[in-house]
Amino acid sequence: MSNIKKAFRNGKAFIPFITCGDPDLQTTAEAVREAVKNGADLIELGIPFSDPTAEGPVIQGANIRALAGGIKTDKVFSFVRELRQDVTVPMVFMTYANVVFSYGAEKFISTCARIGIDGLILPDIPFEEKDEFMPLCRKYGVDLISLIAPTSADRIGMIAKEAEGFIYIVSSLGVTGERSSFSADLKSIVRTIRENTDVPCAIGFGISTPEHAKEMAAISDGAIVGSAIVRLLEKHGKDAPQHVGRFVRAMKDAME
Amino acid sequence: MTNPKGRFGIHGGQYIPETLMNAVIELEQAYNHFKEDEEFNKELTTLFNDYAGRPSRLYYAEKMTKDLGGAKIYLKREDLNHTGAHKINNVLGQALLAKKMGKTRLIAETGAGQHGVATATAAALMGMECVVFMGEEDTKRQALNVYKMKLLGAEVIPVKTGTATLKDAVSEAMREWTKRISDTHYCLGSVMGPHPFPTIVRDFQAVISKEIKEQMLEKEGRLPDAVIACVGGGSNAIGSFYHFIDDKDVRLIGCEAAGRGIDTFETAATISTGKLGIFHGMKSYFCQDSDGQIAPVYSISAGLDYPGVGPEHAYLYDIGRAEYVAVTDDEAVDAFEYLSKTEGIIPAIESSHALAHAIKLAPTMDKNKIIVITISGRGDKDCAAIARYRGENIYE
Repeated sequence: MSNIKKAFRNGKAFIPFITCGDPDLQTTAEAVREAVKNGADLIELGIPFSDPTAEGPVIQGANIRALAGGIKTDKVFSFVRELRQDVTVPMVFMTYANVVFSYGAEKFISTCARIGIDGLILPDIPFEEKDEFMPLCRKYGVDLISLIAPTSADRIGMIAKEAEGFIYIVSSLGVTGERSSFSADLKSIVRTIRENTDVPCAIGFGISTPEHAKEMAAISDGAIVGSAIVRLLEKHGKDAPQHVGRFVRAMKDAME
Repeated sequence: MTNPKGRFGIHGGQYIPETLMNAVIELEQAYNHFKEDEEFNKELTTLFNDYAGRPSRLYYAEKMTKDLGGAKIYLKREDLNHTGAHKINNVLGQALLAKKMGKTRLIAETGAGQHGVATATAAALMGMECVVFMGEEDTKRQALNVYKMKLLGAEVIPVKTGTATLKDAVSEAMREWTKRISDTHYCLGSVMGPHPFPTIVRDFQAVISKEIKEQMLEKEGRLPDAVIACVGGGSNAIGSFYHFIDDKDVRLIGCEAAGRGIDTFETAATISTGKLGIFHGMKSYFCQDSDGQIAPVYSISAGLDYPGVGPEHAYLYDIGRAEYVAVTDDEAVDAFEYLSKTEGIIPAIESSHALAHAIKLAPTMDKNKIIVITISGRGDKDCAAIARYRGENIYE
């Protein structure tokens, strides 16, 4: 069983996203620990990219702040190695294809496996291009997470059948960022996924309130929250971890 | 093996969010249908000829030839097209295609503003809504084009993220497309981005080399020895090269923007200074740091100020079929002034990069050799900026 599936063993999974190095790695580490202490089941760690085309303004801002603070891929790796001393929940990286490619895909993915990263989310790698990294991910036992969007339509079955770890369902059209309404088709997307695989699926993009989390967890296996958490880091800086903890607790409670 | 679709050697592909996959698949299917459709091609030819003013002239630059004392120089006058640049070729094709697909709204990125103006023009002509994303820095450098787009009925959105130039405008247009797909076509302005864009844009721009070939055979009874064009994303260059790719004796030379020099960080010369990467939907060469972060590129020319290059150029470079050289701001400005004074033609600062290289190359070639330089656009839009570059404080 992939380590990621453990996140879905005890009911609905809550998956917070945090950009590494926003505002600095020490704060990221404390925020992760607070999130885990308050019920986070899986942690999605962002490696910043200069031009994050799938992100809305909030996460774009986090990427810029982290890069301005001198974040390098190697620094993120040593940070995770240290974090793994005490954090045992599954962790995945979210970044862009060029960050992996330019590091050397094999070096990047084998390092992920060695430091305890369980999966990789690359929003600019669709099903058609996954062979860029999939053979290496299989070789080193890192799950390459598949995304399914409201526009996926006839593609859902094909993607779900080959999915590993968990499936990331994009809640609605557009880039990341808080929003008040979600695609009307989410239930039928989940139904089609379940006809094709038993890999768990979680919904992300735009989820920011306990009500959203409850609603999304009711129709899938979990909720992923990025921008709302990144906004806390933007607002509170080094003091953000306690706020992140409280936020995660409220979301997790609503989902149970 | 990676996705074979839209590959040029190892380059190209479809590195985009899942949200957009069905949109590019639908576009590819529609394009494959309409490119063979007699009615579509008839309509497009009428637009090219009666609206855009094609075929564009192939002009023998006699004074320039004599002055340089080497190869005979012809200028392919894309600057004489409606809207003043080659951009209209691609835009008329894509707008017509989008209309046939039932789309009612065009979005586009623009650097110098030429592609934005062309898209706004086509949208006005075809009764479509139009939104253009333009780096805030470029809206200042090219204020006149911003006004033109608005005059034509388009909405211009200044992009403030990143370096506030062309790459950020592309990113923002891609983001907008993921938000609104059903009625919207992303009218990409160069031979870049995910498949099928590099192929579609190339096919619509290939009219340039098709005409050069016909005109050259008519005037000289033979093919040219070299074809020279500037390369940002690379659409006028691939258009100028395409029908000569199989004519191995014709040298194909792309001129990149070196900015302040390829040994400085203020450059946009992708093939000279970049390395293989994945960005904006494609695998190709990109200016980037050792961590794969895209570099903030620089050129005096807003139209060449892009950190990547189209995948087909990357391939032509790999197999040695085309050569790519870097031309500095200084050289381009000199060439801008040279053509104005020598031939009475004010070229775009982008095209001046191709001219600058030709000015170096022509004297080294025999008088019986022939060079074709594509003047991709006219230079009216650049006059104020060049004046300022020369220390003359004029504003549009």
